[in-house]
Amino acid sequence: MTAPPPVALAALARGLAERSYAAGSLVELALERAARAQSGLNALITLAPERARVDARRAHQHLASGTAGPLAGIPFAHKDLFCTRGLATSCGSRMLHGFVPPYDATVVERLDGAGAVCIGKANMDEFAMGSSNEHSHYGPVRNPWDPGRVPGGSSGGSAALVAAGVVPFATGSDTGGSVRQPAAFCGITGIKPTYGRVSRWGMVAFASSLDQAGVLARSAADCALVLSVLAGHDPRDATSVDRPVDDYVGALAEGVAGRRIGVVRQYFGAGVDAGVATAVRGALAVLERAGARLVDVDLPSLEESIAAYYVIAPAEASSNLARYDGVRYGHRCADPRDLADLYSRSRAEGFGPEVQRRILVGTYVLSAGYYDAYYGRAQRVRRLIAQDFARAFAEVDLLAGPTAPTTALPLGSSDADPAALYAADVNTVAVNLAGLPGISVPAGFVGGLPVGLQLVAPAFAESRLLAAGHALQQGSDWHRATPAAHWYG
Amino acid sequence: MSAAMDSAWEAVIGLEVHVQLATRSKLFSGASTAYGAEPNTQASAIDVALPGTLPVPNAEAVRLAVRLGLAIEGSIARQSVFARKNYFYPDSPKGYQISQFEQPIVADGRLAATLGDGREFVVPILRAHLEEDAGKSVHDAFHAATGIDLNRAGTPLLEVVTTPALHSAAEAVAWLHELHRLVRWLGVCDGNLQEGSFRCDANVSVRPRGATALGTRTEIKNVNSFRFVEKAIEYEIERHIREREAGRAIVQETRLYDEAQHRTLPMRSKEDAHDYRYFPDPDLPPLPVAEALVESERLALPELPRARHRRYVAALGLSDYDAGLLTQERALSDYFEAVLARLPGDAKLVANWIQGELAAALNADQRSVAATRVSATALADLLARIKDGTVSGKLAKDVFAAMWAGEGGADAVIAARGLAQVSDDSVLVAAIDAVITAHPAQVGQFRAGDDKVFGWLVGQAMQATRGKANPQRLNELLRLRLLPPL
Repeated sequence: MTAPPPVALAALARGLAERSYAAGSLVELALERAARAQSGLNALITLAPERARVDARRAHQHLASGTAGPLAGIPFAHKDLFCTRGLATSCGSRMLHGFVPPYDATVVERLDGAGAVCIGKANMDEFAMGSSNEHSHYGPVRNPWDPGRVPGGSSGGSAALVAAGVVPFATGSDTGGSVRQPAAFCGITGIKPTYGRVSRWGMVAFASSLDQAGVLARSAADCALVLSVLAGHDPRDATSVDRPVDDYVGALAEGVAGRRIGVVRQYFGAGVDAGVATAVRGALAVLERAGARLVDVDLPSLEESIAAYYVIAPAEASSNLARYDGVRYGHRCADPRDLADLYSRSRAEGFGPEVQRRILVGTYVLSAGYYDAYYGRAQRVRRLIAQDFARAFAEVDLLAGPTAPTTALPLGSSDADPAALYAADVNTVAVNLAGLPGISVPAGFVGGLPVGLQLVAPAFAESRLLAAGHALQQGSDWHRATPAAHWYG
Repeated sequence: MSAAMDSAWEAVIGLEVHVQLATRSKLFSGASTAYGAEPNTQASAIDVALPGTLPVPNAEAVRLAVRLGLAIEGSIARQSVFARKNYFYPDSPKGYQISQFEQPIVADGRLAATLGDGREFVVPILRAHLEEDAGKSVHDAFHAATGIDLNRAGTPLLEVVTTPALHSAAEAVAWLHELHRLVRWLGVCDGNLQEGSFRCDANVSVRPRGATALGTRTEIKNVNSFRFVEKAIEYEIERHIREREAGRAIVQETRLYDEAQHRTLPMRSKEDAHDYRYFPDPDLPPLPVAEALVESERLALPELPRARHRRYVAALGLSDYDAGLLTQERALSDYFEAVLARLPGDAKLVANWIQGELAAALNADQRSVAATRVSATALADLLARIKDGTVSGKLAKDVFAAMWAGEGGADAVIAARGLAQVSDDSVLVAAIDAVITAHPAQVGQFRAGDDKVFGWLVGQAMQATRGKANPQRLNELLRLRLLPPL
């Protein structure tokens, strides 16, 4: 860990505003690093230098004329499931290889409006299904801390790019932990906002009732700055919530003094690595020193959350992915004999095995005769989980535990037993089922690999999460650590 | 008449009607719903189901659903739920149709109808739910390939589902006519059957008369005219009876009506039926219907056609036939009301003119009532001139024609064309005396007791006034002048 600590996003923005460096130069630096890091990390699916240069020039003019948005000239990457007008959006799938959307996602529009410059589209697990980023048509992403290990997923490309110092932040999406878990594996900060806080318009759907766009960055403060841009009501998404957005940056200074943090017993269950548990308790001690009070909390229904999640998410996915039929866009098999052949071969060729597995599961659990036993029951469990959280938040302000039970796993270790990999989502999926905001912040290292602390807050209390994360980062240096390897030479 | 009417079998029919809601844009996208555009020019990213697109409900479609729900005395769900009906078909771009399944926007309604013989019957309505239409497969435009037109995809429909409470093809058609009249009356649907704005599926079964259990049903899909609905149901009832009497079981299946051969043919059987895997659409929160919306629609609900029809017969003394014609279309009925407001008590006169001269003129010009060239006020002015004797009923038709041609109002036309009736006794007497002098033979005949020749004499006198004589006065004066010395 000899590399210098990363620059805060606010400091970068200040540097641009004060002309310490030009927007174009900063973007060129990111493009160059991205290109060089690609062979080692495979974190990008598409690099978009021409487009980035055009946007950088526009940012430069806005900075010069004093009309710049809060992120003007800051390079970043979009997870490749946000539709970008004129720029290929693959969702990590052969099915959408070469698909160029005719419109921008709301997340894309908002970052555009803030002046941020997208340098490319980050690799991801196909259709955001996976937690290792090995399920991508474009090959696995490698963890910058150890290229023999996974970066986590599904926002693995986004996490790797930020951890490697290619870009200061990246967008992600989180359906069952896809922002928080890769943030933990890559030693960065990742926030999943409350369901409905950030518009889903233009974000390719995996499981509509769980999907939420999020931010991966170096620190809670950086996340606060970016989330301020993303959050807000969008009439194009009927599940988007129309309520004012808090001042996330302003609230950072609130800290954690006097906050009661519930340490969730179930988050430290049997599958949790002892070293990870110790590291997380160490991070909690930092928060305690900053004035927080730790109390033990039980969330008994969490034990059912994996089962409920792996019924609901595939059920919704099976329906959401029905549109990829080879008829209007996307992969179409060669020379279909008839309609059934067109459907079955296009989908068999276009979707990878993990996506096919989930479509099959989802189709099964919604079938006549099985609906009540699976989908209906999972929805009832989902309500119980939400009630458990509500009961806990009557007593405490935040809930805490390890983001993931282990540090980053070696590449290929999930091949044999997908169910074991599903089980590792145990600490993250309940947050999505309850629609709550969650953050993963660096909490130390085990064997040279980063560990993440997950904090969960009541709905729309993102400020509280960010302030707590910021307080931890004021009292620790883990988030400033960078991988020893120089991915871009 | 169907064999079922007097046989040992009773037919049981339930109807499902897809009412296309008359909104400008689609149920979940801003694309236009106008009919007949170039293929795929009215399909937005949402309608094409591009990745990442999301549906947002159309408030106007909800309003129209509430309006029809109130008119059929249904209960309006304060919260209804959109569900996905999953199936693969090229004209279903998302791979599912957004519909309503367990919690429809309207439940438990009713709508009465009347048969040709005057018998009234009430059909309970199970539900009416919002759903989006599919696109169209175009099979004949390309060689060895099928085209897909998504202009219609996402068009808002309200599917009205009756209980199986109908017992003949005649009842089914009478009821469909009633629903058709109602949806057009309310402005909920343009009612155009050819363009598919009003489509009907019929579920048909038969059972031994007196039995309560339902027989196995077949469903006849997408028949696009009332006449064919009637023929298809009649055919299907007879087929069921024939099969049952031959000891064969009815196969539950969907059938299509072959218009050319006047018979139904199997389309798909229950075995190929889809498992639609309905589940609540996670993109759409439960649809709230505000109390205020229900109340404003309730207050704005017009007098409904059946009520108006009854009132025309009972209070205005119109025949059932006239009342039926006048309540076929809201605009025509409102026109009638507007004329009648100026001439209270003259319903029959007003009705005759609307169904006679006005209807003929509209028809000749291919105009709707809304585009009439003679307004209700203008027609009322003309009818008032008939009533006060200014113009004869016969010449009034010429006045109407002139008004239609744009020559002005009734008084202006009467004055300009000199069509005012002559009621001046001195003019009439002069004409009568001239006739009496000129035709002594006929006068003699009349005085000898041959009353038939009187009409001929009236005709001569009328001719002498070039048709403008007030006929009543002319008659009276002629009789007076022909009297023998008192």
